Amino acid sequence: MAQSETPLLDELEKGPWPSFVKDLKMAGQKKAMSRDLLRQLELSYKERIGHWKHGGIVGVKGYGGGVIGRYSDRPDLFPGVEHCHTMRINMPTGWFYTTKALRTICDIWDKYGSGMTNFHGSTGDIILLGTTTNNLQPCFDELSEKGFDMGGSGSALRTPSACVGPARCEWACYDSLDAINDITHTFQMQLHRPMWPYKFKIKCSACPNDCVAAIARADLSIIGTWRDNIQMDPGAVKEYAGKLDIQEEVVELCPTRCMSWDEKKKELKINNKECSRCMHCINLMPKALAPGKDKGATILIGGKAPILKGAMISWVLIPFLKMEKPYQPIKDLALKIWDWWDENGKMRERVGELIERVGMRVFLKEMGIKPIPQMIRTPRANPYFFWWPEEVPQKPKSA
Amino acid sequence: MPTDIGPPDYHTMLPPIIARNYGKWKYHEILQPGVLMHVAQGGDKLYSVRVGGARLVCTDRIREYCDIAEKFCDGYLRFTSRHNVEFLLDKKDNLEPLLQDLKQRGYPVGGTGHSITSIVHTQGWVHCHTPATDASGPVKAVMDELYDHFIAMKLPGKLRIALACCLNMCGAVHFSDISILGIHRLPPSLDNERVPKICEVPTTIAACPTLAIRPDPKTKGVQINEERCMYCGNCYTLCPALPLMDPEGDGISIWVGGKVSNARSGPAFSKLAIPFIPNHPPRWPEVVDAVKNIVECYAKGARKHERMGEWIGRIGWERFFEVTKIPFTDKHIDDFTLSYDTFRSTAQFKYTG
Ligand code: HEM
Ligand code: HEM
Ligand code: HEM
Ligand code: SF4
Ligand code: SF4
Ligand code: SF4
Ligand code: SF4
Repeated sequence: MAQSETPLLDELEKGPWPSFVKDLKMAGQKKAMSRDLLRQLELSYKERIGHWKHGGIVGVKGYGGGVIGRYSDRPDLFPGVEHCHTMRINMPTGWFYTTKALRTICDIWDKYGSGMTNFHGSTGDIILLGTTTNNLQPCFDELSEKGFDMGGSGSALRTPSACVGPARCEWACYDSLDAINDITHTFQMQLHRPMWPYKFKIKCSACPNDCVAAIARADLSIIGTWRDNIQMDPGAVKEYAGKLDIQEEVVELCPTRCMSWDEKKKELKINNKECSRCMHCINLMPKALAPGKDKGATILIGGKAPILKGAMISWVLIPFLKMEKPYQPIKDLALKIWDWWDENGKMRERVGELIERVGMRVFLKEMGIKPIPQMIRTPRANPYFFWWPEEVPQKPKSA
Repeated sequence: MPTDIGPPDYHTMLPPIIARNYGKWKYHEILQPGVLMHVAQGGDKLYSVRVGGARLVCTDRIREYCDIAEKFCDGYLRFTSRHNVEFLLDKKDNLEPLLQDLKQRGYPVGGTGHSITSIVHTQGWVHCHTPATDASGPVKAVMDELYDHFIAMKLPGKLRIALACCLNMCGAVHFSDISILGIHRLPPSLDNERVPKICEVPTTIAACPTLAIRPDPKTKGVQINEERCMYCGNCYTLCPALPLMDPEGDGISIWVGGKVSNARSGPAFSKLAIPFIPNHPPRWPEVVDAVKNIVECYAKGARKHERMGEWIGRIGWERFFEVTKIPFTDKHIDDFTLSYDTFRSTAQFKYTG
């Protein structure tokens, strides 16, 4: 038997968890590119270092992004991956597929690419991993003919994504799928033609459980909530009483301590005015409790990864906004934010960093949004604060 | 070809039972690890079977998913935000045969409720230019070890793990119960022969968040104040003549206690637990052990429903380091600045006025 070319990676075929090495080998049987992808990876495992170069702008006609140019730094050893570009394809919202749609993508990708993919990338796109410069255009043409389009890359709007929402979740406080689909279609220009200081992300989770991690991963995080009372089915609460320790597991873990439980009468009371809508009680008793009826979303701003100044998590901008077709208020807000950021942001400065640099005070004034205590965890502790000139009678200017 | 057609209409991808009950779900139950039952107001029942995936998959793997979906689910399936596959059934009779079929093919079913679901991760040595470690390899090694926590629900709470192979963290790892993060520890090596030829010097200088880069008048290249560099790799992204990767310098750090959901406590960053573990491919044994140790300490110490960060919040960080036997170092004390933490980074608040 011939010796394996990839003894290190072969180790990762063992064990119960699905192995990417098996998939690389399967693709490698059909495609020289995937074969060399595997061989180059083996070298990385041996040397403990990456072997990719970036640079060289590649793409398809009419688009400023969607393709990530990628070149091997050892084309002498691995000619198959001399060019090995990624195409980002906008997934169907909610990541639902018919097998027909998936097979279409697979067939096209087998024809033009390496046969390797990510289902899905962290931002949500279908990632088609590895093709040559020459194949980009025909591959895109065929995908486009079948109804697929590019996702975002570079200093553009990145492919927006949504939680599963009303398609399969009883807690959805607005239609996260429709909102994302609508917003994505409205902002195709911003998605496909990078023109900003840096990237911008929008993510929709339809309740505070935040299953797409909108608060951590989006500049504009749209998180479903409500502003009336939690809906309760007292009969169903009683049923849970046998399965759960309602006092210990629900009432005592409520962060606002706004619930009380009468063990004798099996009666749960919620002081809704004090509830901060954390979802804990609803998560534990989905049959008995549900978000209120007056539903919408909290709009938060500024989340981003550590690059450049450190990681940020989005903070409250608008406590409650109705999320209804055609989503004009949120689109208007996005446009206004982009204009201001575009004008004031430095290169590679995310909007959260810009706000941090110039101050919420300036941002709020530009947006025409009133400051309210819901925006902060605590008021400032440091005494250096600024006044607008019109707020204080000015000293006469000396000549 | 037309441009800007946008994503396909997701309505065309929905199984009929979902189209029918869209927005009309009443409640759900977890029937067994990996199997959800959603009940609609009208009584329809949808069964979702969650299967762990490798994320880095080939077209034939996807075709296999399609075969399964065609056999049991009328050709409908979905993927989750954590790289899992979900088979969507409206016929309960198909559930057992589907589970059998998946078992035969060796696919893990689980990842629901108080379990460890798939590890969100990035590209690594497979396809990125700045990684400090691989992504798919450590993920595979860790999930092999934690497999029993995927297929069962025996932890005090949900436990989310994420891995990013560099500080850019294109994978949102910093809000996870356990984050595995690739880090570099050496400044870029400087090739001032090439810098002026292939790089735009002013943008390279401007890219450095710590202002460590200055022009070098002699070579028309740059100088790097190595004491100021915190190895972020921004300069390399703009200037390929400043390579950052290094087999000895690069490795993995581990962060703990982050969460995204608002349930009980608000969203929180992961905090540094272990500053550095060297890369030992192909199975990263020290990383696997470190993660396993933290999971076990949590499983032993946390109360029901407590997430990692809530447990640590209750017992205190000093106790966390004691229980896990992780050495505490000067690296654990922050000396980089960000002062925005008085903003309300949570969707929790009360309506007033
Ligand atoms: C630019 C602003 C400020 C400067 C430069 C400043 C400077 C100082 C200095 C030098 C001292 C020590 C005095 C001493 O005991 O020798 C002091 C004490 C103090 N400052 Fe300030 N201060 C400033 C703003 C404020 C503000 C805004 C407040 C209150 C809101 C404040 C409240 C106090 C108090 C209460 C003490 C006495 C502290 C104590 O006895 O321990 N200061 N400040
Ligand atoms: C200078 C900065 C950056 C450069 C040059 C860069 C470059 C890249 C490249 C080339 C890829 C494609 C990897 C591949 O598929 O081959 C990528 C993917 C990605 N990057 Fe970045 N990136 C940068 C910063 C960031 C930052 C700061 C974030 C997030 C905070 C980020 C998020 C992502 C995401 C989400 C992906 C998709 C990864 C996936 O498919 O899982 N990137 N980036
Ligand atoms: C008590 C808290 C939580 C409950 C009850 C809960 C419930 C659920 C449910 C029912 C689903 C399935 C939704 C669907 O696809 O139909 C789900 C999915 C998901 N949840 Fe949560 N969730 C909670 C907390 C969280 C937290 C804190 C996170 C992230 C940090 C999170 C992330 C996710 C993700 C990513 C999914 C997609 C499923 C997957 O990919 O495996 N959830 N959650
Ligand atoms: S974010 Fe809320 S509404 Fe959306 S899927 Fe998760 S639990 Fe359901
Ligand atoms: S949603 Fe959270 S804050 Fe509101 S009552 Fe339930 S547990 Fe308490
Ligand atoms: S985390 Fe960093 S190294 Fe890894 S794929 Fe993303 S940008 Fe590349
Ligand atoms: S790696 Fe980051 S900190 Fe170091 S010189 Fe480059 S840009 Fe500056």
